[in-house]
Parts: sequence; structure tokens; C-alpha cells
Amino acid sequence: MGRSAFMGGVHPPGHKERTAASAVERAPVPERLVVPLSQHLGAPCAPLVGKGDRVERGQMIGDVDAMVSAPVHSPVSGVVTEVGVTLTAGGQRVAAVTIEPDAPQDLGSFVPVEDNGDARARVRAAGIVGMGGATFPSVVKLSPPKGMAIDTVILNGCECEPFLTCDHRLMLEEPERVVAGARHIRDIVGASRVIIGLEDNKPDAAAALRKVAGSDIEVTELPTMYPQGAEKQLIYALLKKEVPHGKLPAATGALVHNVATAAAIADALEHGRPLMERIVTVTGAVARPGNYRVLLGTLVSDLIEHAGGFVGDVERVIAGGPMTGQALGTLDVPIAKGSSGVVALEKGVAARAISDDQPCIRCGRCPEVCPMGLEPYILATYSGRRMWDAATARNVIDCIECGACSYVCPTKRPLLQLIRVGKSAAMSKGAK
Amino acid sequence: MSDPRVQQHIVGPSPHITSKATCSGIMLWVVAALAPAAIWAIVNMGLVAVQLLVVTIGVAIGTEAAWNAIARRPQTILDGSALVTGLLLALALPPRTPWWMAAVGAFIAIALGKMVFGGLGHNLFNPALVGRAFVALSWAGVLAGVENRGWFRTLADVSAEGYDTISGATRLAVAAADRAASGGYGFDLAAQYEPLLLKNLEGSLGEISAALLILGGAVLIIKGIIDWRIPAGYIGTMGIVSWAFGSDPVFHVLAGGVLLGAFFMATDYVSSPMSKKGRLIYGIGCGLFNALGRFVGPMPESTTFAILFMNGLAPLIDRMTRPRVFGVVKNDE
Repeated sequence: MGRSAFMGGVHPPGHKERTAASAVERAPVPERLVVPLSQHLGAPCAPLVGKGDRVERGQMIGDVDAMVSAPVHSPVSGVVTEVGVTLTAGGQRVAAVTIEPDAPQDLGSFVPVEDNGDARARVRAAGIVGMGGATFPSVVKLSPPKGMAIDTVILNGCECEPFLTCDHRLMLEEPERVVAGARHIRDIVGASRVIIGLEDNKPDAAAALRKVAGSDIEVTELPTMYPQGAEKQLIYALLKKEVPHGKLPAATGALVHNVATAAAIADALEHGRPLMERIVTVTGAVARPGNYRVLLGTLVSDLIEHAGGFVGDVERVIAGGPMTGQALGTLDVPIAKGSSGVVALEKGVAARAISDDQPCIRCGRCPEVCPMGLEPYILATYSGRRMWDAATARNVIDCIECGACSYVCPTKRPLLQLIRVGKSAAMSKGAK
Repeated sequence: MSDPRVQQHIVGPSPHITSKATCSGIMLWVVAALAPAAIWAIVNMGLVAVQLLVVTIGVAIGTEAAWNAIARRPQTILDGSALVTGLLLALALPPRTPWWMAAVGAFIAIALGKMVFGGLGHNLFNPALVGRAFVALSWAGVLAGVENRGWFRTLADVSAEGYDTISGATRLAVAAADRAASGGYGFDLAAQYEPLLLKNLEGSLGEISAALLILGGAVLIIKGIIDWRIPAGYIGTMGIVSWAFGSDPVFHVLAGGVLLGAFFMATDYVSSPMSKKGRLIYGIGCGLFNALGRFVGPMPESTTFAILFMNGLAPLIDRMTRPRVFGVVKNDE
């Protein structure tokens, strides 16, 4: 099974060769941007602008006074044509501000966020969230609960999802930003150690980081295996510490941030730059796969068009990676802070639609690959029979939803889908 | 600006890609791994072997198809598991088994071994072994080689091969009888290695060449289809216990149904444990009961019942060998 830095795991084909060598290229400014007011986990923002208002690039257009939230900024200078709703990649309807950019745009300038000397406040004001896809507001992570000392900052550059190369290109092309972000995070939380962890399928990125890292930052290459980039698995691989059941990762003294998040934090603290754009890998069955610097609010349909459109028989379009991303029902959804990729999957590559409930043949593959040591076949059966207590007793809540079980299942049972149901039932029961 | 083609895109839950492994693909690998032994049987036995294979495979698939049709369940014969059951049953029966006995065995294997439990994935016991056990218990003489000279191609053929010193029973049976009578053996066990490995014309259809069974088992292990822990535990224990009883471990591993059982029967997913540790325990249990059956019990050929017994213990073994959940320390709950 090869080397392994954590228990379980799978080796899905990487498909990264299509874009790994493509330098980041700026996607054009679209004719209209639909900027969602909820691009993070937590309370959605209220609009700060109205229809007909003129906005500047970098101007805050949405905010909310809540602990877990992040403000939203306009990625362009232009006119608000609508304050309405949009569908997100995740399928939710959220408030959104539609902006028509003035031509021409000066993307080098922006309205900087206010600097009152408080780094945490500045990270919040810049609207920074976890850009690996979780979109958890970064300021919350940077403010660990009292009594939970952080000694190690880990930057996650694993990018273990197949197809995606946006973090790879960022580390390779702009290692200084990543390393600067790592140092800022370290200083904010008062940690003593910084490790940048990435999979060993990106040796060029590791070399680029090492060149600028200095002796205070460790760059560690880990075996290429999914889900190496999952927070708990990464902490275990680097520190050999398990995040205790039911506790925050900070309980191990480690704090994990994605490399793109770290770069955004550096931008915010050094230049007052709010989060207005990100690198997105557009790949799979498209004519010009590549890594694009995309203004937030750009519609996926515009991005696909810029990438030359679909080729072949595209069966699913995924926002994010194919293991954890969301299948899109429409391409009229905007790129948001957590959008790492747009992947067009052809027939034969895409998982086939689930039809009948297939029997478990007890082959033993799912417990073998589960990185959490769970027994997915049992959890799925309990969930299917609505046996929530039994599922809870078998630690259904510990599922990290990586999908390794569904990936390996030879009878293609919808294991993760069933487990998610059991998990949410168990969690809502626990909350009552 | 919605792309009209998007309407055809499938929206489903993640993960959006899956491994290439399929149930029928796995079953076909098992068939491929058994093919050399089956073909070698046909080469050596001729039409009797073909007849046995056709009857058991045909009846196994036919029984499953008919059951599904009568029960108005979706048809499942294409998953390949009935084919594997039929093939395994043929290979576990003496070549001269009367066709109707083989047919009854195949029917019982699928109907009582599998479909009554709810079909593939739900059976507690290995269906092929259920079928074989039924035949063995119903017509004991046939499998013991007393009637119909079930073990042999023909007596004349066997004589021509130079094995005329053994008549009416397998080497295993002779060895057991010798041991019971005198505590020793009337023939040199080590001299049997070569015929057992290459061309043993006694025993069941699938036992003609131990070397081909080992080859097929190795392919399944390398392909990741079966877990090495089951055959390793089984064969290792069989050898050690044989040695402990003062007998030749190599002879006892090569003779009889041990290899067919260890690589192809005990490794049946549905009726064996799920965890790695559980599989090792289960393999050791199979080897232990198989050896005890030979040295202590009444039957020199005890593979079938050793595995069926361990099938029954598999759920218990699973319960005892649950994986440790990440982040959960003992006494944590």
C-alpha cells in the first residue's frame, strides 16, 4: 500500500498534469459580477450598498456584527445594478450584490482596509476565510479559546484533491507571500514553530518554499495520499498527535491554515489588501485547462467560456475537487472565497449516478481506507435504517466526510451520503 | 448565460469520482485465478470435469435467476457471484460425482446458502461450502470415494500413472488410517510433494495441482482482491499443527482441500471478518480446526467444516476486533 503518514487513505488518480505546469494567468474582468454576501461559514453579511451605488475596488459592500463572519468587498470599481439573491456552488440561495464594472479597471489599486494596529482586526476587516474550501473565518482561528496555547503553526499545502493545482502554483510562483503569511500567523498566536506541509508530488513547490523560508520555517514533504490535507490527518502526519475526539485541533497545540489563506493574510497585514480574488484551477474536460486569477463574483459560466468551453461529453461540473466538491446544477453560480477549482468530469471519469441501493459484500475496503478508523459500512447501514443511536455509538460524528469509503466501494454504495444523514441526525440530537 | 448542456449534468453527492473496482470485476478476477486449476482438471479428466463444471455453474446461476424471478427481485446474476459459487463447488467435488448430486449441491448452495438470507452480502456461510457440506452429509460414500470411485478418473488410469499402491481412498485417508493403526505411515509423505503440486489425480476436481492453486491465490493477493492474512493464517497454522502432531507439514498443506479452502473459500468476503486483525484470527482458526479434524476428528478431509465453523464465528470476531477510532483513547467514553 506504500508509505502512509496517517491511517487509511486512498490513491485516486491525480489528473494534475493538465494544469501543474500552467502559470497563473489572470481571467478577464467579466461584464458583471455576482458577489455573494455569504462566502464563509457563519452569519451572512447584510449589504452595505444599494442599487445604483457606485463602488470602488476594495470597498466593503457587506458586513455583519457576528463572531463567526467575514465582510465582503467589491472586487471591481463599478455600479451596483442589483442587490438580490444568487445560488451558490453549494446550492444555497444567499443575498448577493451584482456589480457592473467600469471600463477600464485598474486592478493594481484598491481601497485598503483600515489599520488600527490590531492584526486580528485587520484580518477580519479584510474578509479573510479559509481558502482551502472550508471558508471558516480566519480571525476566529487566530483567536484560540483561553487556556489553549498554540505552539505550532502548520500551513497546509497538501492539495490532496485530484485535479487541483491552485495551491501548487501559488507556492511555486509566490512562495514569499506564503512564507510571510506563515510568520504573521505565528506572531499573532505566539507560536514558536512553523511547518509548511505539502505532498511529495510537488517537489518544485517545496524547493521554492525552502529557498525563501529561512531557518525559522520547516518545509516538510509528506507522502501523496488522500486525504493528507485533512486537518486532523495533517496534524497527525507532522506531529504524530491525534486531535482528541470531540475537541478542537487547537487541543494539540497546532493551528492549521491553508497556504492561500496565509498569503491573503500577508497581503492584508502588509498592504491592507482585502480578499477580492483568488487562484482557481479550471480543468478536466475544458479546451484550455489552467490556473486562473479570478475576481470573486465571476460566474463559473464565464470562467468555463474563458477556458475555451467544454470538450467531450461532460457529465458533471464540480466546484472544488472531485472528492469533496459540489456538483453544479447550473453554471450561473459565482466563484467565491472557497472556490479552489472548477472541474469538468467526462462520462467514464465521473462517478455514475446512484440508482439502487447495492448490497454491501463485506469486502473490507471501507474500514481499511477510513482515515478516522471508522467502519463506514456499518454507519451507512445504521443511517439507512434510521438507527441514530447505534450510529452515534459507533462514532458517526467523527466522520470527516472525505469520501474515501465511497471512492473504494466496489458495489458503489452511497456510503458517505448515508453517513452524512446519520451524522447530522446524531449532531442535532446531541444539541438538544 | 446558462449553457444548455448543463441541464444534462448530473448533480450528485461527493465524491464525484470512484475507483475502478466493481463487484463483477472482483468476481471475474476470482474466476480468472481459478481458471488454470479448472483447465488443468479438464485436460486431465476430460469430459467428466466439463460435465461437473457445466452442471454446478449452470444450476447455480439458474437457481439465482429463478429465485429472483419468483421473488420479483431485481436480477442479480450479472454480479458474478453465482458463477463463482458454481465454479468453486465443482472444484470442491470429486470429478465422478453423479451429475444430479452436483446439481442438488449447486441448488442448495444458492437457495439455502445465499438467497434465503437475502442474497449476495447477507449470507452468513460460504454458499459453495454449504452446497458441498450438503452433498458430503447426504451421500457420504461418494465423497469418501467408496462408491462410484468418486475420487478417481478411472482405476485403470490411476494404475497407469503408477499410483496403484493406493486404492479406494485418497492419500489423506490412507495416511489417516495408517496413523490410526500404527502411529506411522505406510508410505513416504515427502515423496508425495511432487504429484500433489503438479498432477494429483485423487481428491476433488480443483485439487489436481497445488501449484496452480497457489499461483491463483498469489494473483488475488497481488491484485489486492484477497487479504493475505487469511491464507497465511490458515496455511501457517495448518503446517504448525501438523508438525506438532509429528506429521509432515508440507504434505498436510498440499493434500486435500487446504489450498482451495485457504485461498478461495475462507477468503469469501461476505462470510469472513472485515478487519485485518480479525482476518488473521479467522485464518488461524480455519487452519486450527482443519488440522484438528485431520488429526483428532473422524474426517481426514475437514476443510469444509473448519471454514463453515469459522464463518459462524466471523461476526463475533468482527465484534472483538473493531478498529480504534482516531482521536478516541481507551477509557475516553
